[in-house]
Amino acid sequence: MNTWAPLWVDALTAVLVVVGALAALIGSFGVLRLKSFFQRVHAPTLGATLGTWGFTLATAVQVSFERGQLYLHALLIAVFIALTVPVTTVLLMRAAVFRGRTRGEEIPVPSTDEPPRE
Amino acid sequence: MSSLLSWALAFALGCLALAMMLALARMIVGPRAEDRVLAFDCLYQNTMLVILALGLIYRSSSYFEAALLIALFGFVGSTAMSKFLLRGEIIE
Repeated sequence: MNTWAPLWVDALTAVLVVVGALAALIGSFGVLRLKSFFQRVHAPTLGATLGTWGFTLATAVQVSFERGQLYLHALLIAVFIALTVPVTTVLLMRAAVFRGRTRGEEIPVPSTDEPPRE
Repeated sequence: MSSLLSWALAFALGCLALAMMLALARMIVGPRAEDRVLAFDCLYQNTMLVILALGLIYRSSSYFEAALLIALFGFVGSTAMSKFLLRGEIIE
């Protein structure tokens, strides 16, 4: 296997990898740092989505240029994460709202013109 | 692989290790069960990114299938735990 790639491909891969790793770090830092659960739940969505897209695009670019043929299998992971992370987030938020209301806490309803029907 | 890319991959691995430690701290501290599930979610996503980075370092395509399996089982696990927190049971 030819493991040589031009320098600009290495530079592009490095930029994508660093951006993805920094996004994952910021997402995890937000999970630890933010105050309430409903603020915390938004942070890892950013980290997972941007981080996974960065790493999988880096993999696709690097391996495609090294082998000389298009390699897109890694993008399957990015598409899967982009589909499943919102599902998990919404389920977890619903569970948190349910448990908070069961415990008797004041969970604020979203401010719309019409009050939500219970 | 040029030294630029190897330095970038080392930096990315360091960032991901720090991110995993932050998520683990929230998993230990987290006052309620939903915080712990959220921290677990964050932790397995960081693990998947570490395995993708290792696949770039060692040039083996087996790592990508491993990352795909981790993403799949992590999604199933956190969905099941959210459902358990919501209903008290998983399969009704």
